[in-house]
Amino acid sequence: MNEQFEHITAKEHAAANKYEHTIHVCVAASCLSSQSDKVLERLENEIKASGQTGSCHAKGVGCMGLCSRGPLVSVEHKNHPQEMVMYQNVTADNAPTILTALAEGKKAEELICPTDTPFFQRQTKIVLENCGRIDPERIEEYVAVGGYSSLLKAVTEMTPAEVIEEVMRSGLRGRGGGGYPTGLKWVTVSKAEAKQRKYVICNADEGDPGAFMDRSVLESDPHRILEGMAIAGYAVGAEKGYVYVRGEYPLAVARLKKAIIQARKLNVLGSGVCGTTFNFQIEIRLGAGAFVCGEETALIASVEGKRGQPRPRPPYPAEFGLWGEPTLINNVETFANIAPIIRNGGDWYASIGTEKSKGTKVFALAGSIVNTGLIEVPMGIPLREIIHEIGGGIPDGHQVKAIQTGGPSGGCIPAAYFDTPVDYDSLIKLGSIMGSGGMIVMDETANMVDVARYFMEFCMTESCGKCVPCRVGTVQMYHLLTKIYQGQASHKDLILLEKLCTMVRETSLCGLGQTAPNPVNSTLHYFRQEYLDLLTDKEPVAAAEVQS
Amino acid sequence: MTENIKPLDPPSDDKRWRIVQSAMRRNGFKRSGLIETLHSVQESFGFLDEDSLRYVALSLRAPLSQVYGVSTFYHLFSLKPAGKHSCVVCTGTACYIKGTPHLLTQIEQEYGIRPGETTPDGQFSLLTARCVGACGLAPVAVFDGEVLGNQSPEKTMSFLHQWSADHE
Repeated sequence: MNEQFEHITAKEHAAANKYEHTIHVCVAASCLSSQSDKVLERLENEIKASGQTGSCHAKGVGCMGLCSRGPLVSVEHKNHPQEMVMYQNVTADNAPTILTALAEGKKAEELICPTDTPFFQRQTKIVLENCGRIDPERIEEYVAVGGYSSLLKAVTEMTPAEVIEEVMRSGLRGRGGGGYPTGLKWVTVSKAEAKQRKYVICNADEGDPGAFMDRSVLESDPHRILEGMAIAGYAVGAEKGYVYVRGEYPLAVARLKKAIIQARKLNVLGSGVCGTTFNFQIEIRLGAGAFVCGEETALIASVEGKRGQPRPRPPYPAEFGLWGEPTLINNVETFANIAPIIRNGGDWYASIGTEKSKGTKVFALAGSIVNTGLIEVPMGIPLREIIHEIGGGIPDGHQVKAIQTGGPSGGCIPAAYFDTPVDYDSLIKLGSIMGSGGMIVMDETANMVDVARYFMEFCMTESCGKCVPCRVGTVQMYHLLTKIYQGQASHKDLILLEKLCTMVRETSLCGLGQTAPNPVNSTLHYFRQEYLDLLTDKEPVAAAEVQS
Repeated sequence: MTENIKPLDPPSDDKRWRIVQSAMRRNGFKRSGLIETLHSVQESFGFLDEDSLRYVALSLRAPLSQVYGVSTFYHLFSLKPAGKHSCVVCTGTACYIKGTPHLLTQIEQEYGIRPGETTPDGQFSLLTARCVGACGLAPVAVFDGEVLGNQSPEKTMSFLHQWSADHE
């Protein structure tokens, strides 16, 4: 198997070395929606037309990160990959300009996107290391950058216990938002007794509005996920895996499907993985637009073809999951970290980040910020650095007011706390959560009551309806917030809202309801005056007088 | 073994049923393939009507109540025929902050439809999405599957006007 990988790698390198320059065109969703496919097509045609076929070639690659400047194109010389030139806002009509400049040994100055900025220099790429470099639709390119070598190492040189040991040492915690230690989860599943078989599920139901990390990874480097899942399957003793993807991500689904077929052909998936006795199959399951399906028990119900309603835990899916069998559920980004951990060792991974939050985290930067896009930073980096340096600050002379993390389950962190390091525990202390990685920057024009109302509307619509506190409570809280926002509420309503927040948090069945009050609580905590300014009566009433 | 199961006769001799049948076959005619099957019905016919729900229920040997329950639980499934075109406005956080509420009000004022509804002439359906994942381009709208970023009420309306003009 190793020879086969070496053979593919040698062939890929030889093919790439034929050309002086390689032109990378981002064909992930964001650039694609600015017609980057047409840019790629035009570049290919122009290369032929200008007779440069011998010296350069163009290929589609995954996300390069700086989505707001898309479509992005980068040009790399085979001997000096560090001196890569990046072009921004490229249209199909710019293709001749880029190629002429290349032929003359120059750069197309007017299109240049500077890469010596903090946005490119301050990131640490582990999960995204291949994004923007390889063609996501060709397994050969993944193998040529060392892909599937971790899987090969795991199944041929390591015992399942040793694989789990490495993951434990890495200190990796669940990247879906909860932050549960991944190694511990793997141990529980590996020790659990299966009636027939165990399962591995990849949670790619990225539902937080404003979060697109998982989507970019799936679109830019799908084999990375398959490799992580196969290693997990080997470690916990599962032979079957499911990727549960949002129905809203057709491109990610198409690339995953292609990747699975290629992986089977190469025998890194299927029966007898890498020539051993280990079997592992992966199937795709499509979501259909239900946010609650990101909750693991609801997700399992959905994979079984049912309504995605959660059930009480325990028993946890690690013991009683899909079809009542022990099931390992991890998020896309978690699986994407596995191959590098096996390749470089758990200790290497644990050397990055903070004491309790190891490694890196991918964030989707959006909202009122200059550089919107995808970034990967080491844990423990201060929020200020993300916003003002990597993010490039706030556009149009606005002032940053707060930053929202964790989507509808998270909270707003005001500018005064921007020196806080980004890790699981610090963010919880501030009343927010790490979440899956959406980071929305708000400037002074944002009304925090409206923000809270927006998220409550979200939770209200997405509540599955199974338990009363969430089904009824979110509706009541939404109406109260609307009343406040419209300037028709009194202090009594505000107290009622706070009481409901506590009640819904404490009595809801699953994470959706338990965390639904978070945006309200955090905005009330940091921006209470904005609520008070909207009330009709200016005198507070005693909480005891308000009947809930 | 599952290859031997013969699919039941579809409600009509419309060729699109073959796509639905092959989706069911891929999942061994098991109930767990229900969501995949409904996706294939919706992709082929545009929406889920009563005939198709009954057919899927019979073929997968699932109670009609389960099939109906699943089709109404998930937002992506529609039990009503969609308009000729579709306009999906993203209401993710980034898009919301950058002004999707204005887009929606504008559309409602001019065409009298709200999210989930279709214009009376059947020209287009207005839908909202929770986040199409193109937050860098907010606000975003998807016109017939084509994602267009940096929308303003003017831009969005001029696109919709083209559709109404086609009709006339």
